[in-house]
This record gives sequence, structure tokens and C-alpha cells, in this order.
Amino acid sequence: MEDTIAAVSTAYGEGGIGVVRISGENAKQVLDRIFVSDFSLDNRKLTYGHVVDPENGEIVDEVLAVFMKAPNTYTREDVAEIDTHGSVVSLRKTLSLALANGARAAEKGEFTKRAFLNGRLDLSQAEAVMDVISAKTDRTFDVAVGQLEGRLSAEIKSIRKEIMDVLVNITVNIDYPDEDIELVVYNDLSNRISQIGDMIEKLIDTADTGRMIREGISIAIIGKPNVGKSSLMNALLRESRAIVTEIPGTTRDTIEESLSIKNIPVKLIDTAGIRDADDEIEKIGIERSKESFNAADLIIFMIDASDALDDEDMKIIDTIGERQVIVLANKTDLGRETCGGKIKTLLPKATVIETCMKDRSGVEEIENEIESLVYGGKVKQNESLLVTNARHEALLREANKALSDAKSMTDRGEALDFIDIDIKRSYELLGQIIGETVEEDVLNEVFSRFCLGK
Amino acid sequence: MRKMFSTRCFHGSAWGNDMTEEKKTEEYVMGEYDVVVVGAGHAGCEAGLACARMGMKTLLLAINLESLAMMPCNPSIGGTGKGHLVREIDALGGEMGVNIDKTFIQSRMLNTAKGPAVHSLRAQADKHRYHVEMKKTIEKQPMLDMKQGEATALIVENSRVCGVRMKTHAVYRARAVVLATGTFLGGKVFIGDSCYRSGPNGLAPSVELAENLRKLGLPMRRFKTGTPARAYSSSLDYSKMIRQDGDEKIVPFSFMSDELDIDQVPCWLTYTNEETHDIIRKNFSRSALFGGQIEGVGPRYCPSIEDKVNRFADKKRHQLFVEPEGLDTEEMYLQGMSSSLPEDVQLAFYKTISGLEDIRIVRPAYAIEYDCIDPLDLKQSLENKTVENLFCAGQFNGSSGYEEAAAQGLMAGINAALKLKGKNPFVLDRSEAYIGVLIDDMTVKGTNEPYRIMTSRAEYRLLLRQDNADIRLTEKAYKLGIATEERYQRLLETKRQVKEEGERLRSTFVIPSGVNDELEKLGSAPLNNKISLAELLKRPELNYDNIAVIDPGRGHISEHASTQLEVQIKYQGYIDKQLAHVARFKKLEGKKIPDDIDYEQVESLRIEAVQKLSDRRPESIGQASRISGVSPADINVLMVYLEKMRRTGGR
Repeated sequence: MEDTIAAVSTAYGEGGIGVVRISGENAKQVLDRIFVSDFSLDNRKLTYGHVVDPENGEIVDEVLAVFMKAPNTYTREDVAEIDTHGSVVSLRKTLSLALANGARAAEKGEFTKRAFLNGRLDLSQAEAVMDVISAKTDRTFDVAVGQLEGRLSAEIKSIRKEIMDVLVNITVNIDYPDEDIELVVYNDLSNRISQIGDMIEKLIDTADTGRMIREGISIAIIGKPNVGKSSLMNALLRESRAIVTEIPGTTRDTIEESLSIKNIPVKLIDTAGIRDADDEIEKIGIERSKESFNAADLIIFMIDASDALDDEDMKIIDTIGERQVIVLANKTDLGRETCGGKIKTLLPKATVIETCMKDRSGVEEIENEIESLVYGGKVKQNESLLVTNARHEALLREANKALSDAKSMTDRGEALDFIDIDIKRSYELLGQIIGETVEEDVLNEVFSRFCLGK
Repeated sequence: MRKMFSTRCFHGSAWGNDMTEEKKTEEYVMGEYDVVVVGAGHAGCEAGLACARMGMKTLLLAINLESLAMMPCNPSIGGTGKGHLVREIDALGGEMGVNIDKTFIQSRMLNTAKGPAVHSLRAQADKHRYHVEMKKTIEKQPMLDMKQGEATALIVENSRVCGVRMKTHAVYRARAVVLATGTFLGGKVFIGDSCYRSGPNGLAPSVELAENLRKLGLPMRRFKTGTPARAYSSSLDYSKMIRQDGDEKIVPFSFMSDELDIDQVPCWLTYTNEETHDIIRKNFSRSALFGGQIEGVGPRYCPSIEDKVNRFADKKRHQLFVEPEGLDTEEMYLQGMSSSLPEDVQLAFYKTISGLEDIRIVRPAYAIEYDCIDPLDLKQSLENKTVENLFCAGQFNGSSGYEEAAAQGLMAGINAALKLKGKNPFVLDRSEAYIGVLIDDMTVKGTNEPYRIMTSRAEYRLLLRQDNADIRLTEKAYKLGIATEERYQRLLETKRQVKEEGERLRSTFVIPSGVNDELEKLGSAPLNNKISLAELLKRPELNYDNIAVIDPGRGHISEHASTQLEVQIKYQGYIDKQLAHVARFKKLEGKKIPDDIDYEQVESLRIEAVQKLSDRRPESIGQASRISGVSPADINVLMVYLEKMRRTGGR
């Protein structure tokens, strides 16, 4: 049986529950390590319990889990599934735990590939499986994420180059013991490995943010209290979830919603207004609003079209500065005191859309505008360098682990050969992120840098 | 008598050209063999011996039998990676290890401080005696004839080889042929602006055969290599050089050799200097290398001295090892100084080197260019993909080095014999042997320069140690009928010792009060609890020998067995990791790709992958995954496609 893979099998943000699926030889062991229940986990019996981090005993979520013995499963391998609450946080944590406890992140289309290879799927599905694997896609959004991954791969390449330097020195020491070359000094080697490890760790640190972006662009809705932010959110969501009242300051905390606008995964953040508040709780909310505001990829700024811009609006305009913004002149049913022209003088880059949340007019336009901004590449994602993919994250962690093994072997003064094996492993793992292997790389470098031979 | 080929064979158009048509009446059959081996260098000797040992009636041809097992370049066998190959050749019942153990004059185990997997044995050889001993072995080998003569053409019928034609118009019929032509094939020597047709070491080149192979449509190319000058020992001043002695304790190459003890001779180390480099630089224009006459591709790891000075201009000095060519000769080999500069320049720059001021050169350095085949045209059995029953080995395949040649010769010989017996080819994979790495690299990835083995090419090198080659390979060789009963019994004894002593170490416990004093003396931390000897042995500062003091119950086992055991115990974690990787690797190797697959039909494959795969035609998914330009996604697509084909029965 194949090695064990795991992934979130339901779409993010689109349902009351989410499923983490684990398939492969060790599926049961992985589940046993992270799932705690008072009931016995029998084959094919949905069992109530909790996902618990085995390292610190922290409860991640209340879940239902099931283990299904091969071959009567989707992949025809041993399969475990954990039904968590639909929240992104809970899914993410559950998956991370599975990955930290014996599973590796599934490749794109890998469950389906296994299902097919193991004879489970219909032949007609073969082409579709191949398309998924080869990442043929028409979705422009995937291309945008692809660009982000492009930046990551540039960074991975530069880390690999550092590792290559180390490898070349070790290789030449091992394969050319008689040559007139500098010997590897263990102290230096240990320091170099640490430095490279730090570079990888920095990347791993971006993974949380990266995953959010992978799940979509974030849009912060900002505006003074009672301007209609929650109504907009509801309109976009087409269901009432935020509390909408006439009293300013009702939205005391940020509310995040994941939704899909024209096929683009979007994280919508309804911020509390930004204003001076006395209420302690509200102050916290305002702080969070500012954070979300800063982190957002796109800002929707709502104003009251029926009223003149006040200090609070001006303050927001200042904060927006040069950033990409859609200004919604709302409440056009009540008057048109502040409209397009005036806003344009203050925020030249803004797109202004007139709306009336009460009768939901203008929502279609907003959606169109978001789409064109994203596809037109005007939404600049906030961080320049992010790990956006769980598989990449897992590979980075593994590569880092290999390096730290190499470091401890170095520090213990063990033979160069073992150190080489670990370092090469990390080089290889990083290569898997960008689709490159060790192959001839090292030898090419050895020959170009050192003068060797008869 | 078995029918080997019809008379049509002699008149077939596959090899016939105007010249041969004209001369065909003069041809005469001089012998009928199962296998004819063309070339008696390190590849040819192993191939001939392997075939004969497997019961094939074999003919070994050489242009000049004085060049049988000749070492036209460095006077040593082994080194990093190469030493591993020799141990494997030996474990498989080949001759190289036995022969060097008979004729070495200095021996060193390299890399002893760098980990058990990269320990590499290297021995200085007495070149003449190496040749003489190998010749004796070949002369005595039943079923094996050696013959002096130049093969000028392969006789091919219906894309199957059925003999060779000689310069004398003699014909040897054969059911299979092994080509091991080395640098003789289309050989051309360069010294300065002088270039002339020649084989190595002043021997005649093989020109007609080179033309014949091109006519047969084999994908031929040109490679180049070179060798430094040889000097009179009496003209060198060793007091200005650094002496390099062999190891006190000699580890033999052959698993059949017991303790070896000889009076070893030293090698010497000296350095070039700025003056040397100046002379070389001033004469760049006179080097064949920079003159553009040489079209062949040379190896990056064996650059000539002018190449070194050119490419590494900031390096103030280069090493030069002075090594004896043998005990009965004055000639010394100047390792590190191969060159294609004219003789006067050679003399001038050698003289600038400390200890070489009064040098008298016996043989000048030269570069040699030769014909070889693109190894992508070979199966992993080393059988040619175009011409059936034609097996290829050594430099002819684009490798470099005596050891690489011998390894391929052995495998080509074994596979020629197996083919004639109607048996499956004997292929070693990358997890089984350096030989597997070598042949897989060459035949699957291909090579653009003379290929040299290196430990870094072996991804599972912790498993492919030089110390366990017998455990990895001898049983296979025994089953093939090439390893002797005695060799097999030695293996069984080693395995028994490793197993029994391993069990004893794991079940023998020591307690703190009994051993802490001794541990302290060994610089090892005291124990708090009782512990097995095996567990204790994992400490870096301890080894099987030095814990003897706390292990009174120990019996005698061979040093070979104790080395095995120690490595197994100490590095178990790493070994297990590699074994897990091997298991995954084996799975992909086991997924075969049908011969007739049309990659154009696999829709989701990227164009580059379609081209590469169509071109290389890998035998398995594993091989496909090692072709550059084929991505992991392509491999997945291919696997799904193959499953689809399997289910639809290929429709």
C-alpha cells in the first residue's frame, strides 16, 4: 500500500462541516494519534470524540470520525475521515495535526488518482483525473495564486543555492580525498546549516498567512458606524448573519466570512468602525478593525451618500492613502450629498459605485468590480513571499527537520557521509516544491568550482 | 552443431558495401563461437571470462595481445566509487579484484574518517604484472580462446549480429558479440599541432570497424581523454617532494583474498607553481585543446593541465602525484599533468616543478579522441537496441576508467551468455549496486562526457558499501553460475558470523558496576542502567574492537564480519531510512511500461515529456521518472494512463 496522505476534502468556507480525509497504510495510526474518544473506533462506525493535539493535549475541535478498512473505500486503501466543524481554523488545525503525525500532504488530485489506480473509478473519469493532476485549469484565479507560488519558488531556489554550496564542499571532500582543496570545518558547517535552517523557518512562518490567501483574497469593509457595512456583507452573502441595527457600534468585533464571488474565493471582513470609542470592548474591536484593514488585499470603503463627509470619513480616507479601494456611496435613496466627483478628488485611485443596500441595488456592480480588479492584477497581495500550499508547508517542515538532523550530526562530530545524506535530503525536499531534483546539480557544481583530476 | 546463421548472412546488405561485395570471395571462416568479444582491455577481459565461466564458447580478440588488460593511463585501481565497483565486480565473480590483489605495490583505504559508506580502496598496480597475471588467467580459462587480430566489421543479418570479420578476411561466426573497443576505435592522438590516427600507447587504431559501425546506423559520437607524461625515476629528486606511503594494514580488494602483506612502494607529491602556469599560458595557442582540432568531448573531472590553468586562473598551484608504473621499470607516472601541448612545452613546464628540474621524459603526454556509442541506444542489459545480440561495454559506451569498463564488461558478458541461454537479463538496480547506478545513469539518463562513477551518484550509498558487496551480490552471481562454490561458502560463513554475533551482542547485557571503569578509560560516559552490548556499540567513541575489554564472552569472527556488524548496529537509523526509500523506489521500478506505448496519445502529458519519453522509451515508470524534463506530474499522468490502458486491454 502507498504512503499515507491527508487533505481537507471539502471546500473551504462552504459548509457547516468540513472533512479531513486520510488515506494509506498508516491511516488508522494517524487517526489514533489525534482522535480521542470514549467510544471504541470500530470499522465503518461514525464515532463521536475530539481532535486533540497529542503534544500538549489541547482540544482542537469536537468531531465525528470514522475509520474504513481497505478495500471498500474511496481509494481502496485504509481511509480515515474526520468531520470537523466547517470553520477554516478547525480544518486547518486538524489537517496540520494529521500531517505532523504520520501523514503527508496529498498532491493535487492524489486521492482520485489512487482511487483510479486501485481500480475504483470508472474509466470515463481517467481523463479528468489526468487533467487535475497536470493542473490544467481555466480559472484565472489559480493563475494569480500561481504567481504567488512563483515568488515562493524564487525564494526556494535561493535557499537551495545556499544548500548547494554546502553540498558541493562536502561532495568534493568525499569524492576527491586526494585533491588540494579545503577541508570541511565542522564549526563553520554547523553555522551554515543553522543559517539555512533559519531561512526555511522564516518561510514556514508565512504559511498561516499564505493559507488564508490560498483560500482567497481578503476584502476589508470599512466605514463609519451604521453606514451599512453589515448590510453589504449580508447582501454579498445573500443571507443574514451579521447583526444589523440602527444603533452605531453594533458590530463590535470583526466578522469574517468566506464566500465565492465570481468563482474567486474571498474572505470578507466586516470591521467595526474606526473611530474614537470610550467603551473598552469597542476599543478592542476597533483595534482589530485596524489590523484587518492593514492585512486586507482590497478595501471596500462605505460612505453615506446622503450626508457630507465627516471627520471620521476623512480619517479613514487618510488611512487608505494609496491603497486599492472601492468606494461605495451608500444610502443613495436618502440623498446624493457626496458622490463620485468629490470622492475622486480625495481618493484618485478609487472606483466609486453608488449603492443602496436597502434594496440591494449595486451589488452586481460590486461583484463585477472585484472580479475585474483581481483578474486585472490590480489587487496586490499584501505579503510578497508566502507559503500558500499545505503540501509546500509540509515539505518545508521536513526539509528543516533534515537540516536539523544534519546539524546535530555535525555537532556530534559524526562522519561527513551522514551529514551529507541529511543535507542532500533537505535539498531534495525543497526541490519537490519547485519540481526539481538533485540529479546532476551537485556534480555540475563540483566540476565548475573545483580543479580536479589527473 | 547448432545452426548459427544462414549463408545469406555473408551476403546480406546490412553490412555489405561495395568493398566487401568485391572481396567476399576471399572471406573464410576461422571459427564458430557462442560469443566473440572485440577488445581485450578491462571490459573485454571481464566479458570474455564471464561468458566462458558461464559455459559459452568464447573468443577474445585484441589488435595486440601485449595490450591485454593494459593500463594506458594511471597505474592504479580503485579510488572513490571506483573501489566500490571493483569490490562488486569481485563479489560477482569477476577478475579485477583478484588480479589487483596479485599485482598491487601499494594500497590505501581512502576516506576512513568520512563515514563507512565512502571508505574507498585504492591500490597502485604494477602495470606489467597486472597484464601478465590477467593474461595467465585468460590463457588458463576453459572455453576461452584469445586471438590477436583486428576486427573490421560486424556481420549483421536481419538486425541481429552473427559474427565479425577480421582484417585478414577471416570470419568468426558468433551468436553474440561484445564490443569493448576502448580508445582504439577511430583513435586519434593529439600532441601539440600534431595529430595522427593511433590507438592508445602507440598501438594501431581500429579504423575500419569505426566506419562499419557508423554504416550500421549506430548512433556514434566522439569523446576524448588524455594521459600525462612518464618520466625516468632517476631523473627526479624525491627529496623535494612529499612522500606518500600505503596503509600499514592492507584491506584486500577480493573477498577471496586473505591477509595480504607486501613491501609497499611510496608515491610522491609535488606542486606546480606560477612559473609552470606562465609557460602553459604562453603556449595555449599551441595546445590541441585550444587549437580547435579536437572535436571530442572530454571529461570535466580529468582536465588537462592547460585546461586547469585556463579555467582556474586564480589557483596558484596544482598538485602533481608521482607514481611508479611498476617494480621492474624506471618509469614514473605524473598524475595531475595530462596535456596535449607539444613535447618541447611539456618538457619546459615539467622542469619548473620542484623535484622535476632535471626531468627526462620517457613518454610524452597526449590527448586521444575515439569513437563511442550513445549509451541511450543500449538496454539495461547492455544489449544494443538496434542490433540484437550485440552487447557493448566500457569506453565504447562512453564511460571512463578501468573499473567502470570492467564492471560493464562483466555485465555485458553475463547478459550475452544469458541471452544465448534464453534466460532473462541480469540487471542490477540503483539500490543494489554501484554497477546498477553506473549502467542506469548511462543507459537511462545518458551522458555527454566520459562517465565516471562517484559515490555522490549513488542515492542509496549507505546500503552500497564496499564492505558488504559480497552480501549484496555474491548469491546472485552464484545462482548465475559465475561465482565459484568456494566464494559462495565464504559468503555463507560471513553471513553466519554476522547473524550469530549480532544476536549475541543484542542479548548480552552489561551492568554499570561491571563496566564503568573501562568505559571511563575509553572516554565514554558511565552507565546508569544495564544495557546491551549492541546498544552500547552505538556510541560514537566505541567500536567492536575497543569494547572487547568488557566483552569476555566473545568468540572469534572475521574482521570482515565484525565490520559488517558494527556498521549495521551503529548506523541502523540511517540504514532503515534508506531502506524505506528503496522500497518506494522498487515499486516504481516494478511498474513496467509497454514497449509499444504511444506517448502522443497520452493527452495530459506536457509536450517536453512526450518528446523525451518517446525518444528514450524507458522500460519502467521508475526509469521514466529519472529522465530530465519529465516532471512528477507527468509521471502521475502516465500511471493513470497505463492503468486505463490495462483496463481497456490496450484499446
